[in-house]
Amino acid sequence: MATNELHGENSPYFHGWKAYDNDPFHPIQNPNGVIQMGLAENMLSFDLIEDWIKKNPRASICTSEGLNKFRDIAIFQDYHGLSEFRNAVAKFMGRVRGDRVKFDPARIVMGGGATGANELITFCLADPGDAFLVPSPYYPAFGRDLRWRTGVQLFPVMCNSKNDFQITVEALEEAYEKAKQSNIKVKGLIIVNPSNPLGTVLDREALKTLVSFINEKNIHLVCDEIYAATVFSAAPNFISVAEIIQEMDCNRDLIHIVYSMSKDMGLPGFRVGIVYSYNDAVVNCGRKMSSFGLVSSQTQHLLASMLDDEEFVEMFLRESAKRLSDRHKFFTMGLEQVGISCLKSNAGLFVWMDLRSMLIEQTVEAELELWKIIINQVKLNVSPGSSFQCVEPGWFRVCFANMDDATVEIALKRIQMLAGQGKEKEVAVKNKPWRKNLRLSFPARIYDESSVMSPRLMSPHSPIPHSPLVRART
Amino acid sequence: MNMLSKKARCDADGQDSSFFVGLQEYEKNPYDVVRNPSGIIQMGLAENQLSFDLLESWLARNSDVATFEKNGGSTFRELALFQDYHGLPAFKKVLVDFMAKIRRNKVSFHPNKLVLTAGATSANETLMFCLANPGEAFLIPTPYYPGFDRDLKWRTGVELVPIHCSSLNKFRITESALQEAYQQAQKLNLRVKGILITNPSNPLGATMTRLELNHLITFAMDKNLHIVSDEIYSGTVFGSSSFISIIEAARERNLENTDIWSRIHIVYSLSKDLGLPGFRVGMIYSDNETVTSAATKMSSFGLVSSQTQYLLSNLLGDKKFMKSYMKENRKRLKKRHEMLVSGLGNMGIRCLKSNAGLFCWVDMRHLLSSNTFEAEMELWKKILSEASLNISPGSSCHCTEPGWFRVCFANMKKETLKLSIQRMKTFVDSINDENSENQQLSFCITKRRSLTKWVFQLSLYDRGPDR
Repeated sequence: MATNELHGENSPYFHGWKAYDNDPFHPIQNPNGVIQMGLAENMLSFDLIEDWIKKNPRASICTSEGLNKFRDIAIFQDYHGLSEFRNAVAKFMGRVRGDRVKFDPARIVMGGGATGANELITFCLADPGDAFLVPSPYYPAFGRDLRWRTGVQLFPVMCNSKNDFQITVEALEEAYEKAKQSNIKVKGLIIVNPSNPLGTVLDREALKTLVSFINEKNIHLVCDEIYAATVFSAAPNFISVAEIIQEMDCNRDLIHIVYSMSKDMGLPGFRVGIVYSYNDAVVNCGRKMSSFGLVSSQTQHLLASMLDDEEFVEMFLRESAKRLSDRHKFFTMGLEQVGISCLKSNAGLFVWMDLRSMLIEQTVEAELELWKIIINQVKLNVSPGSSFQCVEPGWFRVCFANMDDATVEIALKRIQMLAGQGKEKEVAVKNKPWRKNLRLSFPARIYDESSVMSPRLMSPHSPIPHSPLVRART
Repeated sequence: MNMLSKKARCDADGQDSSFFVGLQEYEKNPYDVVRNPSGIIQMGLAENQLSFDLLESWLARNSDVATFEKNGGSTFRELALFQDYHGLPAFKKVLVDFMAKIRRNKVSFHPNKLVLTAGATSANETLMFCLANPGEAFLIPTPYYPGFDRDLKWRTGVELVPIHCSSLNKFRITESALQEAYQQAQKLNLRVKGILITNPSNPLGATMTRLELNHLITFAMDKNLHIVSDEIYSGTVFGSSSFISIIEAARERNLENTDIWSRIHIVYSLSKDLGLPGFRVGMIYSDNETVTSAATKMSSFGLVSSQTQYLLSNLLGDKKFMKSYMKENRKRLKKRHEMLVSGLGNMGIRCLKSNAGLFCWVDMRHLLSSNTFEAEMELWKKILSEASLNISPGSSCHCTEPGWFRVCFANMKKETLKLSIQRMKTFVDSINDENSENQQLSFCITKRRSLTKWVFQLSLYDRGPDR
């Protein structure tokens, strides 16, 4: 296992990461560098969290106000998790779904981030050699998270732009049959809703169809709802599978939700993954397995406080959604001005950009050629659709929430120039001076020269060993 | 169709063992000096609660760590985003320095060879995934930490084959025991990939001797095996004989840059030395790039929270503080250890001579009704129900000899330890009373053998039931 390639890190897509790591954009130090648009991170609302932390010293076990909790927290390694943590997470999950459902804290199981949570649920539901169906295009790391150590296989449920990449019963049945023909046992279907990379949400009918499908086939349904609170406009509304099962008959033992604080709250470093299962046996087994990736009790303690603060949560969800909406609008409008369209979406931290018209031919090779141009000449690291197993060449996932306003503007200009050049191979990138944007509806952020706002972050997938952050003191 | 995986359905996680049953019983009726003074005292958890006050006073003096304002400027958002599986460089640097200090700087470590994981639990499992395929085996000396049955076997499919150690030579690993275990694995058609040791040992509390380590290294070289050395208790060594890490032993034999060097891997954690199990800080150290590369990628499934990495890199980075902390911590552990050993000694109960760990390996063979594991379980249950003490029976640690128990001493207040020793004394006295009654009884029986049967039976009824 240590020597096979299932970790997925030797794929050609790392070219993009390498290009960024070797030449990262900085408005002053490296204005011609590559702008990172391949990382789905939410950096728009840190100030709100930082503010809360300053106002709530008791939530930290390091402050004088919170120190009295230090030893109890430091010693706490119970795989049930702190009860206040589970209660706060259950409450938060309900709030994100407009309180249309209530979550039971006793069903909350911790995972090492959603990465750990997805692997954990797979270990619980499937044996080596079994399969999961997964609608494509899908998050590339599923190849590692769901398959590597579990020995489970993935069968894509192919979706395409003819119907806006919606999942059809035909596609589901086709994938199911394919597995059956190879004598492979399908144990479940995993969906990401809101979708990565599409940024769309499933409507009520679609969800009901999915639930009916798995119910009929008696297979599990794992709903990764990691982007639940990144829905930035009310229509179409985000509907959780938790709501659907309240409205229809189904075997609840087949229903499981995966969640995390990494996208909604923008805290991927804290490694807070959650498995929520309606199946008691899965909760029991999963809980024991969570020993391999418990959430640090220090972090549980902090979040228990934060997520329990109803006023803060209300304000945060509202403000975060607004900022995501503004950013999304600015970006998509800018793209429309040069005739680049994106799949209509209202969630996520990215857009699914349609560059099919720029392909020399409708092939994966042409897509990768265009991608190389975008990286090397336009200097943007975006993610080609083929890395998401998309069956149609020409689509790209472009992240917009992991940078400040000024950088977004520069990125947009670069894309606009690419579009303006049409099918020409050579794209000159002019040196644009950084300036504050006066058109936006919220204040541009000041560049703090001591810390990079478009951080030179290493993707967990990057093979390059050094992290430039937080240098060693000695 | 079975709806869940085999792993979900099977018992390989070992959670029905008495180790966990005892924990559950404790939870139902936990001792509290005020609220439940007759409750069960927990002596089955190897936790270090002796030196929190030192950590707390450091935090009180360094409150800027809390506001993420060290290094001049807010680092909150950088930490919040930091999910690089290579770990915070500052943290790894202080960790390798700390590990070297524990080994009296006889060896040095490089941060690039360190992989961070969510606790030693995750580190051990990850190493199994990296070093062995499902169905392959690791040899492991008995007695061993009960959690290994879950951590090493459950999701990995790896088998464990015991290297039997006996009290006749203080449970030391011998060459013949190693050979025997290897042959046993072959009989079972299992391909042995390595040996896993815990040094200092859990549950013995003793550091391994140079001789033992050399046997292991020679054996591993001969059979082309990996050695995983779980050195999680390395910072708890309080006795006079010091700790020799496997790496030190190998270095002394000039094995650096030879084949075996790339097959030696260390597991460490901050859960025991610093008493911070809640923070889930574990690590793997290996010179083998293939292993560290794979383990690093696997750590994605259980990274250490960046918030915690930041706090601890500051704490461990205060070298002056850490030096005094370790010294004081060892002093307190030694005192507790002595308290328990002498307390038990006063009631005729001996402990295996030990110089590390958070527990004693206690010899209660003389209290067994028979030299069987059934008798051991009987004794364990009695101690739990009558003495209200939760200790760990040797069988849960896969000990081959009945009658040994692991008793923890560092996870409670001094007064509580005193009380537990008192309770033990009361319990032992009551057993001795029973035994002496029984002895008298059997003496009488012997005497009366000459009398007619029905007179003999009458005498028995007079005494009433004894057990």
